[in-house]
Amino acid sequence: MSTHATTRIVGAPVPRKEGVDKLLGRASYVDDMERKGMWHGATVRSSIPRGLIRSIAFDRRIDWSEFTIVTAADIPGENCIQLIVADQPCLADGKVNHCEEPIVLLAHPDKHKLRQAFGAVEIEYEPLQPIFTMEESERQNVVVWGADNLLKSFLLEKGDVDSVWGRAAHIIEGEYRTGAQEHLYIENQGMIAEYSAESGVTVWGSLQCPYYVFNALRSVFDLPEDKVRVIQTETGGAFGGKEDYPSTLACHAALLAMKSGHPVKMVYDRMEDLAATTKRHPSRVRHRTALDRDGKLLAMEIDLATDGGAYSTLSSVVLSRATLHSTGPYLCPNVRVRSRSWATNNVPYGAFRGFGAPQAIFAMERHMDEIAAVLGIDPVELRRNNFLHEGDTNATEQLMREPMILDQLLDRALKESHYYAKRAQFARENRTSPVKRGLGLAAFYHGSGFTGSGEVYLNSLAGIDVTPDGKVRVLASNTEFGQGTNTVLTQIATEALGVDYSDVTMASPDTGVVPNSGPTVASRTSMVVGRIIERASLQLLALLREHAGLGASHTREDFFAACERYRAAHGEVASMCRYEPPPGIVWDDERYHGEAYGAYAWAIYVAQVAVDTVTYSAEVEDFWAVQEAGRVIHPVLAAGQIEGGIAQGIGFALYEKVVWQDGRMANNQMTNYIMPTAEDVPPIHVYFEQIPFRHGGFGAKGIGELPHDGPAPAILNAIRDGTGVSFRAIPLLPEDLYAGLARNQPVEEPAVR
Amino acid sequence: MRGDPAMHDLVAPGNLNAVLDLLATEPGKWTPIAGGTELMVAFAAGRLDAPRLVSLWGISDLRAIETTAESIAIGAAATFLDLRRHAVIAAELPLLARAASWIGSIANQSRATLGGNLVNGSPAADSSPALLAYDAEIELISVRGRRRVPYSQFHTGYKCNVLAADELLYAIHAPRRFARHNQYLRKVGTRRAMAIAKVALGATALLEKGVIREIRLGAASLAPYPMRLYQAEAALLGQPITRETALAARHALLAEVQPIDDIRSTAEYRRRVAANLLDDFLLELRQEGPRP
Amino acid sequence: MNTEGNTNRRATPSARWPAIRFTVNGESCVVNVPPMKRLLDVLREDLHLTGTKEGCGEGECGSCSVRMNGELVNSCLVPVLQAEGAEIQTVEGLALERELHPLQEAFLHHGGAQCGICTPGMLMAAAQLLGHTPHPSTAEIREALAGNLCRCTGFIHIFESVVAAAGAQNVEPSKESVLEQTHHAR
Repeated sequence: MSTHATTRIVGAPVPRKEGVDKLLGRASYVDDMERKGMWHGATVRSSIPRGLIRSIAFDRRIDWSEFTIVTAADIPGENCIQLIVADQPCLADGKVNHCEEPIVLLAHPDKHKLRQAFGAVEIEYEPLQPIFTMEESERQNVVVWGADNLLKSFLLEKGDVDSVWGRAAHIIEGEYRTGAQEHLYIENQGMIAEYSAESGVTVWGSLQCPYYVFNALRSVFDLPEDKVRVIQTETGGAFGGKEDYPSTLACHAALLAMKSGHPVKMVYDRMEDLAATTKRHPSRVRHRTALDRDGKLLAMEIDLATDGGAYSTLSSVVLSRATLHSTGPYLCPNVRVRSRSWATNNVPYGAFRGFGAPQAIFAMERHMDEIAAVLGIDPVELRRNNFLHEGDTNATEQLMREPMILDQLLDRALKESHYYAKRAQFARENRTSPVKRGLGLAAFYHGSGFTGSGEVYLNSLAGIDVTPDGKVRVLASNTEFGQGTNTVLTQIATEALGVDYSDVTMASPDTGVVPNSGPTVASRTSMVVGRIIERASLQLLALLREHAGLGASHTREDFFAACERYRAAHGEVASMCRYEPPPGIVWDDERYHGEAYGAYAWAIYVAQVAVDTVTYSAEVEDFWAVQEAGRVIHPVLAAGQIEGGIAQGIGFALYEKVVWQDGRMANNQMTNYIMPTAEDVPPIHVYFEQIPFRHGGFGAKGIGELPHDGPAPAILNAIRDGTGVSFRAIPLLPEDLYAGLARNQPVEEPAVR
Repeated sequence: MRGDPAMHDLVAPGNLNAVLDLLATEPGKWTPIAGGTELMVAFAAGRLDAPRLVSLWGISDLRAIETTAESIAIGAAATFLDLRRHAVIAAELPLLARAASWIGSIANQSRATLGGNLVNGSPAADSSPALLAYDAEIELISVRGRRRVPYSQFHTGYKCNVLAADELLYAIHAPRRFARHNQYLRKVGTRRAMAIAKVALGATALLEKGVIREIRLGAASLAPYPMRLYQAEAALLGQPITRETALAARHALLAEVQPIDDIRSTAEYRRRVAANLLDDFLLELRQEGPRP
Repeated sequence: MNTEGNTNRRATPSARWPAIRFTVNGESCVVNVPPMKRLLDVLREDLHLTGTKEGCGEGECGSCSVRMNGELVNSCLVPVLQAEGAEIQTVEGLALERELHPLQEAFLHHGGAQCGICTPGMLMAAAQLLGHTPHPSTAEIREALAGNLCRCTGFIHIFESVVAAAGAQNVEPSKESVLEQTHHAR
């Protein structure tokens, strides 16, 4: 375990492993690929949000004999894409529960003929009453899922909340809302599939989790393990949007491949990708908080609800993470969190960076500023006085055993942002300026890896091998999609083995080649899988020392020579390890009690925001991000993750709105789904404090999702600071700012200047 | 990609007369395409209702920018980068140069044309408020000859204009008489770049002895097509810049604009912000004073 | 997996469509395709230059950016007929004989590329900028790249990469950056 030792490669800004290919335009994304004799596929989707399918007719103007047509009847195995609950069909069979639900698949060798035919499939429906909001779902007047619309619920309790209300000096309530958010990866979803009786199904595509797709294909095709193969192509962004959806797309392409007898490529265009694939769960969070006279938290009662859309997908796990992130980095002796995920007839929501935490943290950190305002306390000191410290227990009564430096992080954030000086300056200037400036902050954490016993359940297997031509391969099913998996895992192996960075490569992300080391989600790759790779590397060195004469210290030449000696005796050189949980992880799934996460990353973010009272637009002018996420394996990649996550968080807060019309995304084009451009992002100042985590790869903790948790509340807190007006819902567009700042003022009267 | 290239005929005769002949022989059958930054978007979305297209790209007659002592003639196929790079436009029509810098991205500005922006006829057209404030004139051409129309009369309804079936937009003429005018242009979009205007206001004004001697206000996204704010102008013309004048102009503006709710914004927001922009302009005007 | 690489510039002639000629990365090309076919599709499908990407088909994301006659254009919005006689540069034409272009070198060392899908277009836009503004300010860089959407980086390290490349322009390219094979062991 070398978390504190001096390292050569871990911690160094080595070139991105697959960087050269990407820069030369040589990296192969799914739409860059062709297979011999390949056809194209298209999906005919529901145009209504809920109803029965009465008929499917094929207009006789088209010569359908040229086409392959697939419906639910063609599915050899289960007509179900199961992530957790088996409720989502691969293809609709007799009824639809959301707009854009896939019903019929078509394939043809000519893309343009395919497009024409697409418009010639006529589906008649008997519409049923749809519901589009959490509130309608909660009322249960119209039941669209199960017996009661309830996809999942949790109850988390600590202490005795009800005993507090009567004696608290202050009780503050608030309701906070977040909207749907689209991943907007720049590469649309796509798959190529092939089928043969001998080999079964093979798919290549843009995806995060090869084994999720593998399992989905096995189930839909009723095939054994050796008849399914999934290969990830270079993936142009994912952010959780390619965690669940690719399973559906892969099954679609494979069904067409099977029935047509040809390889089939299905790549969505932007309009289809936006309208039909998953988005972030909208949320509504109600806080009721009790504090004593000194501003110390006594009790938190939280009601958290999400809209899951028409099928469960990952709603239960998103709800879980939201629940476990809802109480903030604060010590509170009495807690009750009731959380529920409700089914509606919206397009199913799914995984998106943060996975429930951004929603929960938005509410908590907005609420802290509201509390501060009511109590007349500095929002900074309110937080500081309630921070968790080492030795405290959190909401699930997990003992905080790792070092906690929230105070230090806060001090650093205040210093770097010149927080107090700027607030004073803005308070003066705002009196006469039409642009109102403010600073706001957010304090938060993100649990690394799967919740509770999730990592034990995943039981990840990963390792390394050495090829006869002297290359070390990292064997893991974790994938690169920009965040640096390839680089970080090869850095870890390089460091642990004592070879050169150029000696180590990632084995192809192919289920025929690599073991199941779990999905690439939940900020687990560097910490969990990295640690397995580190252990496997050390295990190999131990084997070589014992059996192949490798010395106590070695050069890279010594290493490879020992490998060849080992190979001569044993036939191959490989070392695999399974996940080992850190000691003391005890989690009660029923009571939601115990060690929710093995490790947490902690952060304080500060946003400087300017609100223009002429146009009511808010812009982030500057941003400071201070975090502790264990050991930083690659400084440039890590900073890049923080900056990218912050930019998405800024979008979440101020720009990105999904406009729904009768259950369909009306703004499904890049021209009117608005993400920040290079002219919109502020300077972003990133600071890492490093406390290596013993059980993470070379001390790493999770980092990928953390940065999306903090920006939205920090931004709206800054807006409150600058304008004095409290906004509690995002996305907060100028039209909404206008409503809060000026609507009550008659339009005929100008603002006094 | 939902368009089928095989379903469209695209020809490039390469010279203006050949294009005009084509339009005259088969009026209404040929859709002119210059930089393609609008038509190709519709094409990719499967919504291009134009089976036959004639390319204007590369016809130098249409792209030239010429100056005389009195005016600047901008070829309809001049790109927005052409406008930004032209020294006289930058110096004397700064609002137009600024509007050009707001069209999409550099990659759009190298292809999008001034003529295309006007003929496309979006009420949100970026170049329109500036052209209205500069009292620009449109020159139309056909085999029958040429004619001029004030730009303020070019649009007749939502995406409708005065072009006859055989006519092409030839040039946009801006008088060179705004060197001493105070000038203002502000666009309110969804973000700082790559944004369609929710509201935009362009203005030119001449102050003399504290009184507004000339005033032109052009606005985008407040009506079915870009509009002059004639009533607001009337409330300002001949007046000093006082709180009362500003209030009267604000009321006049509110009475004459007809913004709508759409996918990008709301009528209420547009109305309020338009009025605020007018105030913003008047404040700036008062602060700047007459230009030397 | 890819059809053959950078050697084949002649697409199969078809009598139906008249020839359209232009040069790409210094090589002459002839294609016989419908005149309305998008330049983007001609590059990717007929010339097998898949470095240029489609992200939106609307001219919003810039991942299809190429240089045409010295100007940056979104190739998804150019009907190939309008490229007749043009000189086109794509990302495949950026690298020097045996080394990375200074921009590619800078992006590699300064985190300018994460998932890489926006990178070809981003490099084209950055090359266009440095071609006429060798030492751009941050504001100029932001404007030049405003039409290239990146969802991964938040742009910050892209700005740093462009600044680094601008600084390195008068310096000999590093000899370390000999073009490598793809890292996957197959």
